[in-house]
Amino acid sequence: MDRSAVIERLKAIVGGAYVSDAAEELYIYSRDQGVQDPHLPDWVAMPASTGEVASILELASREKIPVVPMGGGLVLSGLSVPLRGGIVLDMKRMNRILEVNEHSHYAVVEAGTSQGMLDAYLRKHHPGLKHSLPDAPPAATIAGNIAIHGSGHLSQSEGGFHSEMVTGLEVVLSTGEVVKLGSCSTVPAWFSRAPLPDLVGLFLGWNGTTGVITKVGIKLFPRPKFHDVLVYMTEDIDLAPMVLNRVIATSMAEDINYALAPKPDYLNGFQMTVINYTANSEDELIFKRKKLRSVLQDLYETRQSGFMPIPPHMKAGFLEAPQKALSKFADVRKGGGFEYVGAIMPIERIPDACRAGMEITERHAITYSLGARIIGRGSCAMFFFAYPFNRVDKGEVERVKEALEETNETALRLGGIPWKTEVQGQRLILERMDPATKGLMRRIRGVLDPQGIMNPGNWEVT
Amino acid sequence: MVCHAESVPPWEMFRWEGGGFMASLRFDPEICLACESVDCIMKCQYIHMDLARAKEEHDRLTRGEMSSILKDCVTCYACEEYCPSGNHPFYHIVELQERLGIHPVPIPIEKSQVVMMGPRGKIREMELKSPLINMCFFDMMKGGIRGSLFEGATTFGGSDVFCNLMFLHFARNSTIKERLPRMIDNIMHCAVEPSGTREVICYHDECYGTYTSWARAFGVEVPFTPVHLFEFLKRRLMELRDGIRPLNVKVAYQRPCSNRLCPETDSLVDDIFALIGAERPKRTYEYGNALCCGGVPEAAQRFDLVDDIRARNVADMKAAGAQYCVFNCPFCFWTLAEPVAKAGIFPVMMSDLCLLALGE
Amino acid sequence: MMDSAYRDILHRCFRCGWCKFPLNYTDFNCPAYLKYRFESFSSGGRMWLIRAWQEGEITPSERLSQILFSCVTCRNCVEACAMPGIKDSLVDLFIEARADMVERGTIPPLVRDYFKAISVGGNPYRLPAQDRAKWSCGLGLERYQGQEYLFYVGDEGAFDELGQHMARSVALLLRRSGVSFGILGSDELTDGNDVHALGEKGLAEYLARQNIELMQELGVKKVITLSPHAFHAMRNRYPLHGSTAAVYHYTQILQPLVARLAPVLQGERVVTYHDPCYLGRWNGEYRAPRAILKSVKGLKSVEMDRSMQNALCCGGGGGNFFTDMLGTGPDLAARARVREALATGADTIAVACPQCYRMLADAVRDEGAQEKVRVCELTEIVAEAVPA
Repeated sequence: MDRSAVIERLKAIVGGAYVSDAAEELYIYSRDQGVQDPHLPDWVAMPASTGEVASILELASREKIPVVPMGGGLVLSGLSVPLRGGIVLDMKRMNRILEVNEHSHYAVVEAGTSQGMLDAYLRKHHPGLKHSLPDAPPAATIAGNIAIHGSGHLSQSEGGFHSEMVTGLEVVLSTGEVVKLGSCSTVPAWFSRAPLPDLVGLFLGWNGTTGVITKVGIKLFPRPKFHDVLVYMTEDIDLAPMVLNRVIATSMAEDINYALAPKPDYLNGFQMTVINYTANSEDELIFKRKKLRSVLQDLYETRQSGFMPIPPHMKAGFLEAPQKALSKFADVRKGGGFEYVGAIMPIERIPDACRAGMEITERHAITYSLGARIIGRGSCAMFFFAYPFNRVDKGEVERVKEALEETNETALRLGGIPWKTEVQGQRLILERMDPATKGLMRRIRGVLDPQGIMNPGNWEVT
Repeated sequence: MVCHAESVPPWEMFRWEGGGFMASLRFDPEICLACESVDCIMKCQYIHMDLARAKEEHDRLTRGEMSSILKDCVTCYACEEYCPSGNHPFYHIVELQERLGIHPVPIPIEKSQVVMMGPRGKIREMELKSPLINMCFFDMMKGGIRGSLFEGATTFGGSDVFCNLMFLHFARNSTIKERLPRMIDNIMHCAVEPSGTREVICYHDECYGTYTSWARAFGVEVPFTPVHLFEFLKRRLMELRDGIRPLNVKVAYQRPCSNRLCPETDSLVDDIFALIGAERPKRTYEYGNALCCGGVPEAAQRFDLVDDIRARNVADMKAAGAQYCVFNCPFCFWTLAEPVAKAGIFPVMMSDLCLLALGE
Repeated sequence: MMDSAYRDILHRCFRCGWCKFPLNYTDFNCPAYLKYRFESFSSGGRMWLIRAWQEGEITPSERLSQILFSCVTCRNCVEACAMPGIKDSLVDLFIEARADMVERGTIPPLVRDYFKAISVGGNPYRLPAQDRAKWSCGLGLERYQGQEYLFYVGDEGAFDELGQHMARSVALLLRRSGVSFGILGSDELTDGNDVHALGEKGLAEYLARQNIELMQELGVKKVITLSPHAFHAMRNRYPLHGSTAAVYHYTQILQPLVARLAPVLQGERVVTYHDPCYLGRWNGEYRAPRAILKSVKGLKSVEMDRSMQNALCCGGGGGNFFTDMLGTGPDLAARARVREALATGADTIAVACPQCYRMLADAVRDEGAQEKVRVCELTEIVAEAVPA
């Protein structure tokens, strides 16, 4: 099919206003905010329904046109940039919230629903419930985030990665076939993946190479009325595992984060453990605060570390969700950019990861923000090595790119695995991966994407 | 620089040469050794011991030795006021804490504050005139310098004119000694000289305490005339008398620790209240008995103590029927405004209360 | 070429998308993005494309013009942007980019027609200047000759049917409240706010100077405007060209006076107030219009999910009221706003801007909601509640 026929067909599917091959759209969709090289798509299409997605995939499959699904486009490592051209599917018109079940605590949303809108909707209509918000900007999508194994403010207390909070999916396969996964495939409610053979995992962490997610069932959790934060300051990186584990063991904290950065200058050389906790009453909040403080008492009594007093105007920043401060990090070099390696790793590797991050950035003459979020009651941490850059300083961009590549290698060497990583990182992972595992990945992809059209270039097992 | 006479004055026995500055505390151990009442410890609201034990610990301190008081001290400054001989017991405690390596506040927090509050070497060009107000580190509060009360006033502030006295709470007299001469220089060159006045109104009570009490105790010359903010407010209220509509409300006063360094200014609160028609209901915790807001003890990880004194303080205000709680110190305000408000009492800074009386 | 002060910050946009939302994330709050949905139409997309254009990576095209001229200058992005280095400059930057396009002549035909109508006929309606006085016929209003205020009604007040209705209602209430004012009638000149917003800075400055000269000749010291657009231009830009007049929006003048009229509505009315961008986000006035509603007894006020600094623009700003760059369809901001108003249970949407009035009234019709809700200007609501 020639190009003009493809675009006519796409227009017929989604409507003329929602397809573009204009230079402007191709420019924007060819690159994201990170340091990866741009790659132009041929078309950008924005479907409004599962049916439209299915028709597009049928077309793409028939014509062997690559397809790259895109949510918020905020992954920063270029995973929604089409490496081999084709159609970028901007899913954000599919943003309806379809169901909220207050008794079984789940929501069903279309894939392009934004984090912000789901949060706002729940606050208004179901104020006793919330979902786990990542610290990405509110424009990030529910599907995009679960598809990359995202994590967020309930990952510590309520069961891990956001992918673990998925109760069901509706997906469209590369052939255009629509498939329901989880309980919703058999009964009306989207309450869980068990007890059926679990197929949801075939679409989580695969970077869109196995199909397009069109609907997500996501767990909801209670939204307590009271929320406060404690910040514990240390001067010794090696204290991190102990401090973190003591806090985890209280079962009082909701979200536990660890962070260090050379700026602002009054934080250089120190680390902060940020402990968010919630409660249903003032008394419960005070009880939790006392308990959380008490587990670190022997440490702070030595005066080598302690809880920082936080004036009210600073506290608001810590209590915000999502945290705007994290997006602001992109302005640290006055250049609108940052990219990070998120390495999922055992908690005891955090000190070494900190040291490695500081050493790599020093050698590459760039600055950093390092830290970790505890996942799943302490089963692991999402450690981030974030490197900001000034977009117009090509030298700095190059140094950040090199540093990120080296960081991917370092993360693996430390026993962690880079999360949502670009092709270079994927290759490093695949090099280390058990051949049987890789083999299974290849066979599954062969079944689900026989034409090789789904986000080609990613997770390529040779 | 302090000029020393040839013989060594008694206070030179405890000269601490931390930092580059040779300021030394005018402390006479003979006075302490002769003291019978040991008011500094006996009147302390946070350390409780009988007179015999108090004398023992007092003697240890006088001799420059370790005492439990050095660790238990809440750094509320009150003993500066309690001492009938003006022999600077609190400053002496701070010198000893530093010399003996005692850190009331955890070290990372202490070090972080030293950097955070440090001079930046940036003072902007300002057009200044009398009345001249030194906002110290509280430049962010200058929105409160408004209305007829402050008509014509100009302000200056920031880390380069910061009095640094808060480091008393961190047992870091050395930081104050190191930074204060430069601060005074900056104030003179960048504010006092261009403004044409020698009178510097101190927005923060602690600033006033620095340039009166601490400077005198450590022999530091202050080439300008510090004026307490409440003195200025009283002056202005008298000038604007006709515009005052009496508030007729009961107001509790949160006396800050720094006011212990200049207790002669405490009566200004009553003077101002009389002018604005505010009633000061009888309380358990006020004047000499005033309770610390708990902000610094919280940084010192004394959490149970903080909960206790805050609860007692606010309950006391409520029992007295206070409708407002007026603050002198912005840090007290940040710390206590929420618990005070939760108790149904309206938290307000003194200057804002005065503006309220002026209908602004 | 764009001014370097703006060019030098283009690269600081992170394209994080905070700009698409209000501060409470309820729904997309950028009218251009809401309508078009391509990333290129969000403020972030626009920033990256302007930079690409200025760096020579893309060439100006019809599509780029469409993207640049689709911004309604509502300022939501300025409120929401997470990048401190560019936040405050965003809309100014888009206007700068438009100005560059104006200079090169690569502007959409609808925009060009708007400029032409104003240059040639002095108003975008292509109606004779003397028709400017028609709105006040039969009201017996005084011409301006030294009264305390000049009451300035602007293009919509003079030529748009709903605008005229609004001008009459405001004038009558001002008079009733004892405000001393005069009007210019057919001598009024267009204020130029939307001309500036579309990037024709030269024409906007010329119009400003003309207005300032006229007002100075007449000795005008205080101006009350009907439209927040004129309010914004006269208050913020005219002083740059030497104006010293104090400028007010009519809601600010009426707010302390309405209660004295003791307005009481017969029967209950549920009203939701729509914040106009040029009064609200641009000039921080959220209180006065609400206070007017509050002083009407029998009126129940409800807020939409997005109100005050979170308000969804009606889509009329940035010249779109005249150029219609955003076209039609259910994703038009005005229609989304009507749906939002309906969700509050209100039977009335109160407006304080003639552009909002027209945009929302048309949207009510397009939504088929005429039986459920009507759009009413603030003084019209007060007039219903005050005995004749």
